Amino acid sequence: MSETSENRVLENRATPDARTQLDIYRRMIRIERNDDATRTQIRRGRITAPYYSARGQECIPSAISVLLNNDDKICTIYRGIHDMVAKDMPLRPLWAEICGRVDGTCKGKGGPMHLTHPETGVMVTTGIVGSSMPIANGFGWAALLDGTKQVTVAYFGDGASNIGAFHEALNLASVWKLPVIFVCQNNGFAEHTRYENGTSVDRISQRAIGYGMPGYTVDGNDPVDVYAHAHAAIERARAGEGPTLLECKTFRFMGHVFGDNDAYMTREEKAEAMARDPLPKFRQKLIDDGIATAEELDALTATIEAEVNDAIEFAMACEYPSDDELRRDVFAEEIPAKEYMA
Amino acid sequence: MSTETLEATLVETVKMNGLQAINAALMEAMEADPKVLVLGEDIADNEGGGVVGVTRGLSTRFGTMRVRSTPISEQAIIGAAIGAAMGGYKPVAEIMLMNFTTVAMDMIVNHAAKLRFMSGGQSQVPMVIRTLTGAGNQTAGQHADFYEAWFCHTAGIKVVIPWTPADFKGLYLSAIQDPDPVIIVESGKTLFVPMDVPVDQGPIPLGKANVVAPGSDISIVSYGQMMFTVMQAYEELTRAGVSVEVIDLRTISPWDKETVLASAEKTGRLLVVHEAGRNFGPGAEIAATVQEALFGKLKAPVGRLGAPYCSVPFAKKLEDAFLVQPPEIIAEARRLLAMA
Repeated sequence: MSETSENRVLENRATPDARTQLDIYRRMIRIERNDDATRTQIRRGRITAPYYSARGQECIPSAISVLLNNDDKICTIYRGIHDMVAKDMPLRPLWAEICGRVDGTCKGKGGPMHLTHPETGVMVTTGIVGSSMPIANGFGWAALLDGTKQVTVAYFGDGASNIGAFHEALNLASVWKLPVIFVCQNNGFAEHTRYENGTSVDRISQRAIGYGMPGYTVDGNDPVDVYAHAHAAIERARAGEGPTLLECKTFRFMGHVFGDNDAYMTREEKAEAMARDPLPKFRQKLIDDGIATAEELDALTATIEAEVNDAIEFAMACEYPSDDELRRDVFAEEIPAKEYMA
Repeated sequence: MSTETLEATLVETVKMNGLQAINAALMEAMEADPKVLVLGEDIADNEGGGVVGVTRGLSTRFGTMRVRSTPISEQAIIGAAIGAAMGGYKPVAEIMLMNFTTVAMDMIVNHAAKLRFMSGGQSQVPMVIRTLTGAGNQTAGQHADFYEAWFCHTAGIKVVIPWTPADFKGLYLSAIQDPDPVIIVESGKTLFVPMDVPVDQGPIPLGKANVVAPGSDISIVSYGQMMFTVMQAYEELTRAGVSVEVIDLRTISPWDKETVLASAEKTGRLLVVHEAGRNFGPGAEIAATVQEALFGKLKAPVGRLGAPYCSVPFAKKLEDAFLVQPPEIIAEARRLLAMA
């Protein structure tokens, strides 16, 4: 692909300290172990749901979430469980929801594509490409009216940068100087269509120019790079200076939907992309920099695996929702039983 | 129309049109509750206070952070309203014309209406969508449609189409404080015809129809600007000695089945009239419900009048033919009255 314009370069790069790097790694491994367990449960036939794995994209929400407070918000999409896990959403209600149980965050009415957990700031998960962004603006407007320093992160994929909602939302966020960070997780494919076959610019970050906001292309597999750019974007938003567009380049290891045969790419291409796996690289960095020993990281992994297993067993033991749930939450007021089929 | 024949009223009233009544409701709601916000294209005073002036004065009084003009970006407007609503506010979002809701359907249908249910009750989206429509001004096929049936078919959003200024005021006050999304349709003529409004008009509950005129021979149900047409037919039928019960539905979803069924049971004949297309229109739902409940008790099949199956036309002659007119209502009523 030809480079038609220079990448904007960030000045004054913040770097994560040792404790923060370890926290990023903790979130990454929590995402990876959780994703691995999800695929295992699907293969075993214990859960039935379309699953959009984010294996390979762990670094992006992890390096961003260490900069977010609990009351900072995220609006994400159907390939978004990694974004929620990075935001420290508890795994028991998450798994109960994936399993369609009444103890799920959404009482089994949303499922893996539509999780919500306001206590950890997971406000909206949309199954519609691009729709996280216009709603994130509303949270931004509310934060301005409240006079808080709260920020909202809108996650979306590279395909979503071609839908109208992206353009309307970025324009409005810029005009209203909203405290929103637009984070594109560019994994190179819009469903099964290659980036360059569907997108008019070399870098999605170039589109920020059209909306009068800073835009950066970031190595989405490098926690330090994501952290530096997210830090700048979040500081800018908290200072009331408005939104930023971050394009984090990455790769999805498991295709569009789990079970995908990846026929739209070559084996070599896939192998090359997977060789850039952010997890082993970051693990080695932490060891090399003396931030943690291999044993300590293994112990962390074991703790997380125990948390994931506990969540799965908890979820599997939960009840399915009662059919009465069909007439609850349509409106605030429950629909009376005699009327709900009418 | 003589209002005194319809409703004995002892309360102090003031003459105002729908536009003024909505403006008064928004003023009152914003004054009483700092969480109420208004947004939409051209709605602040710098931009003229709305395309027909419904929101005039609001931004001057409450500031442009609470009363925000927006770019022409309907998805962004509804998205911002959804987020603000979930963030604790009560936004009133204007989509200038009902046909323009089509470019915000994802936000309205997939998000505003569904987020409460899909989140298992964790998310609340207490917002109002204001929108204007109606044929009669030669605006043709992309500025005049009644698309309420689409929204009625979507679980989780309430649909309100007022007729009188008093109802506008009362229904707006309720809708703004409602915990769920409400779309309110302002139909052309209803904004500009002055009527009496009680000086202290308070909230009118959503989901309640208004029996505008009691009668015993036939019931006619309608709403929005079509009520003007229905009232012309009502007066003519009344002069001819027919006792017509007229019901203004006001809220189309969830609709007041109780009032409509009671009326249809009493008169044995029901005619539903709306400006929306007859095909799959709200009249079909009402007719089906009434026939299910009152099959053996009706003296005639439920009648339905609505627009023909075509786009709203431009030429005045065609537009007049497109809209239901008083003679059609009278003829249809007489056809039903002639049955058993």
